[in-house]
Amino acid sequence: MSAPIHDPISSPSPDAKTETKTTTCYMCACRCGIKVHLRDGEVRYIEGNPDHPLNKGVICAKGGSGIMKQYSPARLTKPLRRKPGSERGANEFEEISWDETFAILEKRLSHLRATDPKKFALFTGRDQMQALTGLFARQFGTPNYAAHGGFCSVNMAAGMIYTIGGSFWEFGGPDLERAKVFYMIGTAEDHHSNPLKSQIGDFKRNGGRFVAINPVRSGYAAIADEWIPIKPGTDGALILAIIREIIALGLYDRDFLARYTNSGQLVNQDEASKDFGMFVRNPEGDKINPLRPHNFYWWDRLSNKPVDDHTKGADPCLYGTFEMPDGTTAKPAFQLLKERVADCTPEWAEGITGISADTIKRIAHEMGVTARDQKIELPIPWTDWWGEEHETVTGNPVAFHAMRGLAAHSNGFQTIRSLAILMSLLGTIDRPGGFRHKAPYPRAIPPNARPSKGPEAVQPNTPLGGAPLGWPETPDDLFVDGNGQPVRLDKGFSWEHPLSAHGLMHNAITNAWRGDPYPIDTLLLFMANMAWNSSMNTSEVRKMLTDKNADGGYKIPFIVVCDAFQSETTAFADLILPDTTYLERHDCMSMLDRPISEYDGPVDSVRIPVLPPTGECKPFQEVLIELASRLKFPAFTTAEGTRKFKSYPDFVVNYETAPGSGIGFLSGWRGKDGDKAMRGEPNPKQWEMYEKNGCFFQYHLPPSSQYMRNWNKGYMEWAQQSGMRRDNDPIIIHIYSELLQGFRLAAEGKRPGKQPPDELRQRVATYFDPLPFWYAPLEDEQSDLKKYPLNALTQRPMAMYHSWDSQNAWLRQIHTYNYLHVNSRTAAAAGITDGGWMWVESQWGKVRCLCRYSEAVEPGTVWTWNAIGKASGAWNLTGDANEAKQGFLLNHLISEELRANANGKRFSNSDPITGQAAWYDVRVRIYPAEAGEAEESFPQFETMQPVAGMTERKMGWQAWFAGKNKKGGAL
Amino acid sequence: MRPAFSVLFLTTLIGAGQGLFITLFFVELLAGSSLSAGFFVGGSFLALVLLGLGGISSVFHLGHPERAWRAMTMWRTSWLAREGIALPAFIAAVFAYGVAHWLNLGYTLVIGVVGVVLAIVLFVCTGMIYGAIKVLKEWAHPLTIVNFIVLGCASGTTLAAAYASFAAPELTITLAQAAFALTVLGVVTRVSSLWRNATLRPTSTLQTAIGIRHPRIVQKSQGSMGGSYNTREFFHGKSASFVRGILVMLVLGVFVLPLALVMVLPLLAFIVQYLGLLAERWYFFAEAQHPQNLYYQGKS
Amino acid sequence: MTQLALVIDLNVCVGCHACVTNCKQWNTSGAAGALVDCNPYEQDPNGTFFNRVQTFEVGEFPQTETVHFPKSCLHCEDPACVPVCPTGASYKRKEDGIVLVDYDKCIGCKYCSWACPYGVREFDEQRKVMTKCTLCVDRIYDESLPEERRKPSCVLACPPGARLFGDVHDPDSEVSVAIRERGGYTLMPEANTKPANHYLPRRKTTVTVRSDELYRSDNPHKIDGAPFDKNLPPTTEELN
Repeated sequence: MSAPIHDPISSPSPDAKTETKTTTCYMCACRCGIKVHLRDGEVRYIEGNPDHPLNKGVICAKGGSGIMKQYSPARLTKPLRRKPGSERGANEFEEISWDETFAILEKRLSHLRATDPKKFALFTGRDQMQALTGLFARQFGTPNYAAHGGFCSVNMAAGMIYTIGGSFWEFGGPDLERAKVFYMIGTAEDHHSNPLKSQIGDFKRNGGRFVAINPVRSGYAAIADEWIPIKPGTDGALILAIIREIIALGLYDRDFLARYTNSGQLVNQDEASKDFGMFVRNPEGDKINPLRPHNFYWWDRLSNKPVDDHTKGADPCLYGTFEMPDGTTAKPAFQLLKERVADCTPEWAEGITGISADTIKRIAHEMGVTARDQKIELPIPWTDWWGEEHETVTGNPVAFHAMRGLAAHSNGFQTIRSLAILMSLLGTIDRPGGFRHKAPYPRAIPPNARPSKGPEAVQPNTPLGGAPLGWPETPDDLFVDGNGQPVRLDKGFSWEHPLSAHGLMHNAITNAWRGDPYPIDTLLLFMANMAWNSSMNTSEVRKMLTDKNADGGYKIPFIVVCDAFQSETTAFADLILPDTTYLERHDCMSMLDRPISEYDGPVDSVRIPVLPPTGECKPFQEVLIELASRLKFPAFTTAEGTRKFKSYPDFVVNYETAPGSGIGFLSGWRGKDGDKAMRGEPNPKQWEMYEKNGCFFQYHLPPSSQYMRNWNKGYMEWAQQSGMRRDNDPIIIHIYSELLQGFRLAAEGKRPGKQPPDELRQRVATYFDPLPFWYAPLEDEQSDLKKYPLNALTQRPMAMYHSWDSQNAWLRQIHTYNYLHVNSRTAAAAGITDGGWMWVESQWGKVRCLCRYSEAVEPGTVWTWNAIGKASGAWNLTGDANEAKQGFLLNHLISEELRANANGKRFSNSDPITGQAAWYDVRVRIYPAEAGEAEESFPQFETMQPVAGMTERKMGWQAWFAGKNKKGGAL
Repeated sequence: MRPAFSVLFLTTLIGAGQGLFITLFFVELLAGSSLSAGFFVGGSFLALVLLGLGGISSVFHLGHPERAWRAMTMWRTSWLAREGIALPAFIAAVFAYGVAHWLNLGYTLVIGVVGVVLAIVLFVCTGMIYGAIKVLKEWAHPLTIVNFIVLGCASGTTLAAAYASFAAPELTITLAQAAFALTVLGVVTRVSSLWRNATLRPTSTLQTAIGIRHPRIVQKSQGSMGGSYNTREFFHGKSASFVRGILVMLVLGVFVLPLALVMVLPLLAFIVQYLGLLAERWYFFAEAQHPQNLYYQGKS
Repeated sequence: MTQLALVIDLNVCVGCHACVTNCKQWNTSGAAGALVDCNPYEQDPNGTFFNRVQTFEVGEFPQTETVHFPKSCLHCEDPACVPVCPTGASYKRKEDGIVLVDYDKCIGCKYCSWACPYGVREFDEQRKVMTKCTLCVDRIYDESLPEERRKPSCVLACPPGARLFGDVHDPDSEVSVAIRERGGYTLMPEANTKPANHYLPRRKTTVTVRSDELYRSDNPHKIDGAPFDKNLPPTTEELN
């Protein structure tokens, strides 16, 4: 054979100018470090940064497809105004300049700010800059701000933070390096995506045992050593049964519970007392922190009398009923937990979960015996908060991870609290092999940020008198008026959803449309597809966006959408602000927001543009800084009344949380010369120093501060110094939640201070149970379960996690449309063929879709990939694209509100504690489509057309080749 | 496999051309002295037309026909390269044969022998292109070559009979008888392969394809949803009833109707048989189950 | 003699498709590019990819395994695709065993893809030549890259580390050890193509807890008393 003509090795463009820049990926929320290789100024290759602590060089399918996002024809490149005379939703726009855009916004917003700031609402979706967007809203003076957490996974955050002071995701996770067994519940793919994949890979290679508990075997569960199918919404019952079995067999870590949790703290059991259910406190005891007194009692089993908690030499009784010196009856918290789970037998749980009692016992034994018998001991001396020195750090190698499968149910908060309690019973919190915190967690239970407290916080031309979001500790922290009615548009922090730490974005549009609690004027949406996959009840929400008052004006008068791409939502905008892509802007993954910390210390990171902005695209951060300056927000204005920050990078460098606090958006290279970490005066060269270090900053804590951080003296002192925590009191795990009991007492009228409206007393008293319990999802009570016997779920495919990429020519080839996955026997019994058209119907709506038989889903559940289905023409796909004609959106079946109660009141379809959208509660039935029906998904919407500034999509074919000397017929 | 129309035309056209030439040679050998040179010149021309059309048709199969010359280089290993050499060689022989008759240059039988040998070599090359693909069990069998030869000769002889009915009527019956005989032989050989293929058990299974021992394996995703080369090239995409229809056309068109017609209306017999051979060749592709198809069964 | 290959660990592949798109992005602008995308924004988008991840369900509910199965050219030691090529465009490199297509010799007859039992060759509908996995031959020898990054793009990307790369003829290489010790196997051995790429099967880790291990002498019940009004310690009967 003659030599090859085509050289397979040497560069096809040897003379091209190449360069490599580091930044941070934003193809999903994982935030991996990337190296972007450019050729003649075009993106040639995006690889994982091997030096980056998060992804260590790996990258996922989305990260590897960033090129197709950057050059997507769905990009918006010019500010656009709805054409005069055209109807909202008709998707007819005209170009305007940024000057005009800012003038419009300045005029409208300054009027609102001067008259009624709450008429401006800012809600953000795929936002990684909540520290800035939140600051903007607060400075504006509106309470109506939230990101997408309310419909994402606030139950996971709140359920765990209110129990152990930390949570999964970027706030903590399983220590798979040292775990022996790993239980993943309700997770298909995660937004801590690449590190988790890498860790699971290593864990399995090292012989760890991985058990997946999920109605569906997809995603990570595919490689589990055992799959335990479970009925959706019943995880709480399973966990309570496991807790019962662990207690019954004495497999709990007694030393851990006694010292590091409130298990031994005595709870007032005098039903007549106004403090019933609260911890008994010793007025003489050491409060430690007056803002959060710790003067609790133990019943010392050695001296058989009540003593201050953590009295040296004392050991608390965990069981029993005791009479305090003043005659009060009291029980240790653990006794109450034991009583709570007494009837939660594996047999009871079997009937609810569909998991056999034997399996429940078996995994309980597996967890308990592994935790007990395979203890890890690390020779790391550390000192606990009470001054006791420990020669070693010990751990019980049982790890858990859970996510939306638990969270997206109306019983999710209590379910997740059960999980956190189980993890605590096994002695696995911030210990090797178990759950590990990531800075800035652990934080106080609850963290110190409180929402604003009442309507007086909202004043014209004044920043909000508190944060728009936060963590209520007592009923007095609720954001309600004198009648107990909500101040926020989304009714966050009201008695309907008191602990709605992330707000309820899923109700913002419905509430604004209905004018309940009040109408608004301007809704600014950033990167949120509220006219499609980010809204429940999508078809109706789309109508609300165009609905008019009797006077002909829109019910939501002005809608501004900022996005880099034309989405279903941009059609409903009055003003479109073209955002940049992640390769074109500065960003920071801030310690003030959601950093990317590792178990061994804080990490934050930045994005630095590797490409100039496309067209007239402007980063949303710059828009906010510009508006904040024009509107003269105090934090953005100098004492002389002039503009304080010239740009977002300038803001990030110079902004401090309080004058002279030394704490800003970035924790690395602070101080004038960049020699300080965590805290220090602004450093004008901070961006350059981040850039030089691959766009991240990593701080390694000493080993003695890497574990047991809830109670680790050394860590606490460091955390307080570095501004990570306000206080340095210990963070005792809440096996029993006195905080919840406080709300219950208010609901029962046993407490002074804020009171729920009478019609909500029963609701609050029921769900604010200080001990975890399982109840059927709220929608079940309103559903004819005979008619709608099945659960319907969505999951995220790994290659489209966060569903942002139907405009991506590579990723859409992998997931072009979606099927409803139905257990083969369930589908056959309904007369539906594999691959055939079918209907799936809930009490709220119906959808026609394609059926795919599956053996990897439990028979009572149907599921599909989330948000693969698109509206016709959206994302600059042709109207007949598979996404629109064969793909479908399950959201049409899901309501954002429950049915009206007897008083005509409609509650959000959410967790009654946190307001987490209960996406996964919906019940459905299925039946075949009839012969002769249209062979396309239902519902269909009018095809969207491209708008001004969008590049023409390539028809027929394209072939990307970076650089000037394009080969073939390049893109 | 998806029937490639260029290949359907190529193999049927050159097959008929080869058969026609072989027939011409035997006519010359057995009754040459009684016939005018014009008969052979015309016959050779007819064969050349078929071969030329076949060659042109083959170009449509290529992504880069301008590089077709390269196809001759790997004759040591590739039957396709060998065909690439044999086809022009045979065309040259047919041309020489016709020219020799036309210009009365002599040595026509010698050239004819060379031509017949090349025709057979070409049949073997063409057949072996398919017969050499081991993973396609339906093709990897001597019957593949036998059928290419027999059906090519049958259609060529039928054409020769039709040609003779105009150019040398006295030969028509004899040639029609020969065509009849070859077509009957074709029934035997092609039905044998049809029967064999219908009863073949695939050696590759989903279990060997992904290396997992379990009786129940179902593909849920092939990795892409909008199709791919692998779903286009290896699947005919037609319904079972369509395929059955083609089989009926094959049996009627290649065998039943030509046998009924060849003695009386040889030209019509040839036209029918040629169309039947297109169906036969379509079916030849469609009945080949490529093992790669195991990997392309499901989408979601 | 060197035979470079991939070893794919089905035990840890979660089916994320990282290898699929990272292969695409490297190769489309590399020596093997540009790789076409047909109907990129229309109905039925499809294009040239050297690597795909497929999904299979094995078994019946509830004993179901969901198997993600990455598939690319297996760089056979006895490749069926090479000898059939009429032009020599399909070739196997002597120095490292990589099977390649010379795009400048390929006439686009597709014959090689017919001969390959695995369906891993993809005809590029725009360039009209056959394409396939190159094992990133334009990366793995590039001395301008740090040594640990001289690997195929799919291997570098793979988050769970399900893709190993190396010389399967070197008995001490990571890939050979993995094949030997973890049951590495080839696809369709009956095709006699001797694929160089291997797959590692699923493995199951179980934890067996025997009833007599449940109770230990330091059971906290001894301190706290037995819950649920049961005697201490629990009897074997109760445990079962």
